[in-house]
Amino acid sequence: MENIQHRFGAYIKIHWKTIVFLGVVLITIGLLDQFVDSYIRRLLNLCAIYTIISLGMNLVNGFTGQFSLGQAGFMAVGAYTVAIFTVPIEARATIFYLAPMTPLLANIQLPFIVALLLGGLVSAGFAFLIGGPCLRLRGDYLAIATLGFSEIIRIVFTNTQTITNGALGIKSIPTITSLWWTYGIAIIIIVLMILLINSSYGRAFKSIREDEIAAEAMGVGLFKTKMTSFMIGAFFTGIGGGLFAALLGTVDPKQFYFTLTYNFLLIIVLGGLGSISGTVIASFVVTLGQEWLRFLDEPMAFGLDLPIFRPGLRMVVFSALLMVVVLFYRKGLMGTNELTWDFIGKKIKVIKSKFNRKKSASQGGDNK
Amino acid sequence: MSLLKTENVVMQFGGVVAVNDLNIDIKKGELAALIGPNGAGKTTAFNVITGVYAPTKGKVLFSPVDSVGVTNEIDITARKPNKITNLGIARTFQNIRLFKELTVMENVLVATHQNVDFNFLSATLRLPKAIRGELKAKQDCELLLDRMGLIDLKDEKASSLPYGQQRHLEIARALATDPQLLLLDEPAAGMNPQETDELTDLILKLKTDFGLTIFMIEHHMDLVMEISDHIYVLDFGCTIAKGTPDQIQNDPKVIEAYLGVDADVED
Repeated sequence: MENIQHRFGAYIKIHWKTIVFLGVVLITIGLLDQFVDSYIRRLLNLCAIYTIISLGMNLVNGFTGQFSLGQAGFMAVGAYTVAIFTVPIEARATIFYLAPMTPLLANIQLPFIVALLLGGLVSAGFAFLIGGPCLRLRGDYLAIATLGFSEIIRIVFTNTQTITNGALGIKSIPTITSLWWTYGIAIIIIVLMILLINSSYGRAFKSIREDEIAAEAMGVGLFKTKMTSFMIGAFFTGIGGGLFAALLGTVDPKQFYFTLTYNFLLIIVLGGLGSISGTVIASFVVTLGQEWLRFLDEPMAFGLDLPIFRPGLRMVVFSALLMVVVLFYRKGLMGTNELTWDFIGKKIKVIKSKFNRKKSASQGGDNK
Repeated sequence: MSLLKTENVVMQFGGVVAVNDLNIDIKKGELAALIGPNGAGKTTAFNVITGVYAPTKGKVLFSPVDSVGVTNEIDITARKPNKITNLGIARTFQNIRLFKELTVMENVLVATHQNVDFNFLSATLRLPKAIRGELKAKQDCELLLDRMGLIDLKDEKASSLPYGQQRHLEIARALATDPQLLLLDEPAAGMNPQETDELTDLILKLKTDFGLTIFMIEHHMDLVMEISDHIYVLDFGCTIAKGTPDQIQNDPKVIEAYLGVDADVED
């Protein structure tokens, strides 16, 4: 008993800053949930969902070093699973008016959290099927193959009329209205990611990213380890997709066009391939940025009718941003570092010493 | 008793025969060396043994002692590299292949991953079994790093170490897989005479401390002649000589391969 108390005390002592920080975050979410309007709330929900999906992508691309572009497909699987299992049974007849829902699924309705978990699991199952042939490929070939599979998933969903309602999509999914669902799950997934990455499995993932040949020579089974990472990544993405469906209240195949994947690619490259905190920061920057740069899509207000301001310009900003990152700041915001207290402390020290040097240099100048 | 045997191994890349009819027989507890001029096929031979390449012809046989102390001869021809490492053959690389962005400690810990007896879920959720396993791996690796003189650097990034210590770390990482046979691919490459001497001592010490059998490729002849029990000489993929250091030093074929045909005429 005393031992447990002692260990608990030690744990608090080491992590008190993190615990305080987490408390501040939770209070902020609570306050925001009370006071913001529905537009901001939706935006903040989207930030959390993009964080979850980008973490799933970063696990595969950043930590395991496998360039996979199947994100939109896995997201679709999660979203459709949640949609199919949570739509009220009485509404199904009106939604599936072209062809009735298959009797196998027509009368099953699950609680949201169960459907969400199922969405993650089904998504991981798809990853297992896709991973078999794909993960034997490397580099660009893997990217092309996963991109292709994600398109295949979308096209299959467009054509399975009795399960996914085809191109019409599924409407009237019960929506989540508070921030707690998305942020609660985002926090859980961030914590799981941190724990996973700092375990033996996380090190095995990173060893594959660093050097496949050496990793294999050290006894790390390449295929099995890549598959583990791919499936966990798909699980997270499926959860994110499920939340996405429940946020919008409607899913249709057009939402999961392969261009969606590039949003997440932008986030993880900007945040740093192989950085959890970088992904979180970049998710907020990109999601909020995409909203706040909307003014670029509208014609300029003052006098001159500038032809450059037209719908689509804000996406140009992001393309340019991605190019700048790739050209000049290849490691992204965080590289493979994490925003730990030590890291912040070191940065502050560096800035302080720079500041002091500047000060002493300018004083030296005065003496002359 | 032999630990590793290759039987008539041929490795062909298109029209090029990189290794031709290789017959190696390494006894348990000995230190064997593989020498030969550049391009003789030494590293290819290593790659065949460790499963990086599947040989065109021939067999590789490995006789490790298992956990109960029984020795079984296993045909490891063309098995996957990680499976061969699991059985007890570890290697280092000619051009250092460390996990550069990982710390020294993490580099060594990766080598213990093959022994994990918990799945990724219990690792993520930090279940007691996983905590115990991770703790034990950490303790083992700390001991190992301490022995290799790298313990003070355990939190440094591998890429930040000086060259000589990167070589040491590679050996430490190979040892962390708990091997019975250690393959060293040019461990002394790029080292000055003093560093080479230190390495010689280290190799001999590791051999006795860990009860290892060592098979190494090396160009430093002083080192090879000083510590090897057996030497195999390759030239253009063919084994041109094998024997003790004395026999090799006086073998006319070896002298010819290293110094050229006219060596005797000029005397």
